Amino acid sequence: MADIASEVIEVIAKQAKVEPATVTRDTELADLNLESLDSIELVFALEEKFNIEIPFNANESNSAGITFTTAGNVIDAVAKLVDEQKSGKA
Amino acid sequence: MNRVVVTGLGVCAAPGKSAAEFAASIKSGRSAIGPITIIPSEGLITKIGAQVLDFDPAAHFAENKLALYDRCTQFALVAAREAIAQSGLQFRDGLGARTAAIIGSGVGGQSTLDDNYLRVYGQGAKRLHPFTIPKLMINAPCSHITMEHGITGPSFVVASACSSANHAIGVAFQMVRAGMAEAAVTGGTEAVFTFGTIKGWEALRVMAPDTCRPFSAGRKGMVLGEGAAVLVLETRERALARGAAILAEIIGFGATSDAGDIVLPAAEGAAGAMSACLKDAGIAPDSVDYINAHGTGTTANDVTETKAIHMVFGERAKSLAISSTKSLHGHTLGAAGAIEAAATIIAMRGGFIPPTANFLAPDPQCDLDYVPNEARSRQIGVALSNSFAFGGHNASIAIRRGE
Repeated sequence: MADIASEVIEVIAKQAKVEPATVTRDTELADLNLESLDSIELVFALEEKFNIEIPFNANESNSAGITFTTAGNVIDAVAKLVDEQKSGKA
Repeated sequence: MNRVVVTGLGVCAAPGKSAAEFAASIKSGRSAIGPITIIPSEGLITKIGAQVLDFDPAAHFAENKLALYDRCTQFALVAAREAIAQSGLQFRDGLGARTAAIIGSGVGGQSTLDDNYLRVYGQGAKRLHPFTIPKLMINAPCSHITMEHGITGPSFVVASACSSANHAIGVAFQMVRAGMAEAAVTGGTEAVFTFGTIKGWEALRVMAPDTCRPFSAGRKGMVLGEGAAVLVLETRERALARGAAILAEIIGFGATSDAGDIVLPAAEGAAGAMSACLKDAGIAPDSVDYINAHGTGTTANDVTETKAIHMVFGERAKSLAISSTKSLHGHTLGAAGAIEAAATIIAMRGGFIPPTANFLAPDPQCDLDYVPNEARSRQIGVALSNSFAFGGHNASIAIRRGE
């Protein structure tokens, strides 16, 4: 879980062009100056890295119960999807 | 400056493979969005689209000709045939040199591109079919229209994503108005249902999983459509002199650029295109009865377009009837402006306003009259048709009912 957290933070930091050390679970994505295209690139980068599918629809504020307000939200969503994928395969 | 009228209309789209079939379908408010069946949908997240079902190319084209025609060219030729037949014009009698052919398309021969990439990169093919390039080039639909009908005036394809056909119609309109051409064959075509293309669209995260619900609460994005529509334009003088039936009059064209985001629309740009269109037509906002909206069903467009309509029309906005026929025929990208102009002209002639289908409930941010779910009996005198594209290309056409 700690691995997923630090990897997700790394992806977010790269998209926002900030140092990973400055991004914590409580960091609000809105404060990272992520524009509309950044958000969908972030989703893409996470899907590629973790080989998951994130049901994110830009038209919905709450796609399938997933909210991306803080970095912590993202970490939890990714962890859950990775978990679902693993148990799906088992 | 000539007045420019429409004397022929042809449609080949999901709701109908002819103008009559299309007209009946849109009047009934029946959405032509359904499960994707023309390609295998396994592996796609998006499983719905507005497809031209049961289209039989062999019924329209000889085998040797078909070898040169991508699906988008096939649609364009079918629509052009219908429009030109209705107009009664014969281009080979000398008019051809004074006729323009200006067609819009966003990406042109997508299935040809897709098939051939698969062959080269996926299957390691040593050689491709000689017609590969002539078939996939984006200008092909226009080229074949000129060839089939003997049009030797200026011709080209206009590409501006979702605004391509509005821009094409606008340019053709200006040519005939200015006297550069006496007649024009104009419109748009698009056929993007390939596995790769849909994958690309899914990645933008704006595709609705359920259906297209422009302006409605609970809308989840856009649904792709395919097809073509073609209009024959000529000077009003010429049409009257030969006793042609005038279907409608094109009275204005306005276009602006957002110069902002590559995908998000800007209200100022959209408002600017509508205002420019009204100014070009020499009419006041109060003269407009109906707007065929760009209305893609995305959160971004529908809110922005509503704001823009408020900006241009002020108090009048509340008494406008507005609908997005994308709810009926899908988002046909480069063909949208043409298919939507066709819907508008058909509605004007039929005395009805086509509805915004699949409407669940009002969204507080979209507070105008979108004619939900059922067509409304109403005489439209003047209409605007909007297209606001990715990349910030905005275009509006003003259409007046033919007398």
